[in-house]
Amino acid sequence: MDFNDTPEEAAFRAEVRTFLDSVATRKSDPQDSWDKNLKNEAEAIEIAKAWQRTLHDNGWACLHWPKEYGGRAATQIERVIWDQEEGQYLVPKGFFMIGLGMAGPTIMTYGNDEQKARHLPTLASSEKVWCQLFSEPVAGSDLAGIRTKSEKDGDDWIINGQKIWTSGAHYSDWGILVTRSDPTVAKHKGMTYFMVDMKSPGVEVRPIKQITGGSGFNEVFFTDVRIPDSQRLGEVGDGWNVALATLMNERVAVGERKGGDVLELIELAKNVNINGKPAIEDGAVRAKLAKWYTEFSGLKFTRFRSISAMSRGEVPGPENSIGKLVGAAKSQDMAEFAMMLMDRAGMINDKEIAPFSGMFQQTFMQSPSGRIAGGTDEILRNVVAERVLGLPQEPRSDKGMPYNEIPTGTIK
Amino acid sequence: MNFEFSDNQKLLKDQANKFLADKCPLTTVRTILEGDEPYDKALWNDIVNMGWTAAVIPEEFDGLGLGYLELCMIAEEMGRSLAPVPFSSSVYLATEALLLSGNLEQKEQYLPKLAAGELIGTVADAEGYGSTSDEGYSVTFTDGRLTGEKMPVIDGDIADFAVVAANGAKGTSLYLVDLSDASISKEVLSTLDPTRSQARLTFNGTPAQLLGEDGAGALALEKVFDNAAVLFAFEQIGAAEAALDAAKDYAMNRYAFGRSIASFQAMKHKMADMFVALELARSNCYYGAWALSTGDVELPVAAATARVSATKAMYQCAKENIQIHGGMGFTWEFDCHFFYRRSKLLADNLGSQSLWEEKLISRVVASTAA
Ligand SMILES: Cc1cc2nc3c(=O)[nH]c(=O)nc-3n(C[C@H](O)[C@H](O)[C@H](O)COP(=O)(O)OP(=O)(O)OC[C@H]3O[C@@H](n4cnc5c(N)ncnc54)[C@H](O)[C@@H]3O)c2cc1C
Repeated sequence: MDFNDTPEEAAFRAEVRTFLDSVATRKSDPQDSWDKNLKNEAEAIEIAKAWQRTLHDNGWACLHWPKEYGGRAATQIERVIWDQEEGQYLVPKGFFMIGLGMAGPTIMTYGNDEQKARHLPTLASSEKVWCQLFSEPVAGSDLAGIRTKSEKDGDDWIINGQKIWTSGAHYSDWGILVTRSDPTVAKHKGMTYFMVDMKSPGVEVRPIKQITGGSGFNEVFFTDVRIPDSQRLGEVGDGWNVALATLMNERVAVGERKGGDVLELIELAKNVNINGKPAIEDGAVRAKLAKWYTEFSGLKFTRFRSISAMSRGEVPGPENSIGKLVGAAKSQDMAEFAMMLMDRAGMINDKEIAPFSGMFQQTFMQSPSGRIAGGTDEILRNVVAERVLGLPQEPRSDKGMPYNEIPTGTIK
Repeated sequence: MNFEFSDNQKLLKDQANKFLADKCPLTTVRTILEGDEPYDKALWNDIVNMGWTAAVIPEEFDGLGLGYLELCMIAEEMGRSLAPVPFSSSVYLATEALLLSGNLEQKEQYLPKLAAGELIGTVADAEGYGSTSDEGYSVTFTDGRLTGEKMPVIDGDIADFAVVAANGAKGTSLYLVDLSDASISKEVLSTLDPTRSQARLTFNGTPAQLLGEDGAGALALEKVFDNAAVLFAFEQIGAAEAALDAAKDYAMNRYAFGRSIASFQAMKHKMADMFVALELARSNCYYGAWALSTGDVELPVAAATARVSATKAMYQCAKENIQIHGGMGFTWEFDCHFFYRRSKLLADNLGSQSLWEEKLISRVVASTAA
């Protein structure tokens, strides 16, 4: 066991630093963020695209992708080193996660040569932004319950239906889409997976306002949308397995989250008083901080363990689920606690007034989504119980039933 | 043993429930959340007409002279409806401060107008971040005038007058201040629950009159907060129950994996836990209501117990209601976030959970030592 870089890793780290120094600004304060002074999302995307292009032109985009697809064929450890170093610079992050982290790997696994040649280069250069069209009003946790219909018509497929919660659909060029091609067979059997051009006639994107007031996700309606068969990924009826490949990568892609961890909370506790003394001196506060510190540390070193496993060539397993399971709830309860420490001023979310520019208030409103998006807490516990611990599955009342006979959504 | 509310009190609660269901559906809360008005004036007038602002004010001051058990019933329903009005500030805080500390003249001046809803009051205590309890206040009183800043003051932009805790000749004292005085500068603050206003008030030699004895403010305020803690706790359990009901309704009608999500053990256990937290809080609230209505010596312990358990129950019910709604719970369009926002407002508004935990255990320890 050794936390130090090997000579090769140290050399790689130095190379990364030299490159980043030449193209980006180092943060003067760890709280600094690239998007602090942006006017709007459009500006953010523009900057993010420009940055991704810089990376691409210099051979630093899609580190872990094979070289033939525009990547660098980097090892998992190198990828981690990159993330550690990049985190210290004021550079954009986030918009390409679905494309680079989910769509790309799925295309590499299931795409034919023509599909790879068409999509991977524009993914790598960030010319095209992708979104994930999986969830539907009637099917979130139960993804295989989707309804959106695909029907073969000559060399095309005709798509009708509705997707929901599609993050970034409003600025995406392409989407990965799962559909129901045959409702008469068991639900996992009748699905087909496509790549859809978001500018196709019949695609309509409507923003959904979130409890934060922002609109990061959307409803997407499909009305007689034509998709050429050449944009199908995987076999007809095999969409479930293709979707699973995407989701395996989602667990890796949904990594660390923004918004205040235990170290910021400790800072806050030093600076506010409760019961007549600095909160940091209060035994009950320290007990909470200790709990969150052990979770923070436990998650960090769990990540190190899975990186080590990956660097030995092992596939990240479902145990990766615990990162989000622990992290999301922790971030919500820490934000609640931070506001509690602020006492009656805890509700103030004015950036000019609130400590850490209102970060904890923002996290309080944003954090419920972490427990829902990309697999709810409850679904992740099922994954851990069934796939890691090997406990028996819940009885499935819909097992083997033809899709069109299963009760779904909010209707019986 | 009869640890229950009377039939008349239950009738009052039922009336309050129906009245608020009619006058204050969640669409009313949404209108205030999304609009520029700090509170719903029409609803406030309706509530005044119901006599609720007059409930515990004695008849000699034009009140209804009802007991605190009745006011607790009203509070639970106010909580359930998330009513966007300054009721808690005016009734549980300002009115209580006058009832507990006012001299005859002050009572005659303020109580009839509070009862008639012609005046809205609040209490201005907090001074910035963290709890201010033992430190003494930076707002000072000299030569009949107040100087300094209070932040945040709940309903500070709405209220006609405030009971201000400040540092006087003999230490912490309470003062009555007319908030229309031109010397005061007011800034409305942006908060996570815009359905209840908060403001920064700066006093610049603002005329004020002493409420209660000079130097007796800390104790007087503690009493006001103990009474208010019980009433706030009833609001919290009312709101918590509404969140649990919403979760239950949604879960029963939402299907996944071919069955109602309410049939998943994870969902059932979650809702059972919400219910258990709520029932414990409810029982503690009843005990608080009894102590408040009888003025029993156990009130300080009972109030803190009710407060601590109701704060916990409401946060739990509000956040898990979002979770049970899945993606829908994270939308602006659904109402789940109203309860989530309000849970924090009610939790932090009377002083934080940690402050009340500290009070609770100190009081329990003191009472067991005696
Ligand atoms: C911010 C955000 C961004 C998102 N982005 C995307 C995106 O880009 N693309 C996309 O396709 N989707 C996206 N989603 C959707 C997300 O994946 C779903 O919301 C999530 O899978 C839950 O599905 P649901 O909302 O239908 O809730 P439901 O599945 O209806 O769940 C409701 C409740 O039932 C519980 N439940 C369900 N099944 C079980 C079970 N078997 N056992 C126990 N409890 C159960 C859940 O845990 C939850 O508490 C996003 C969601 C959010 C909040």
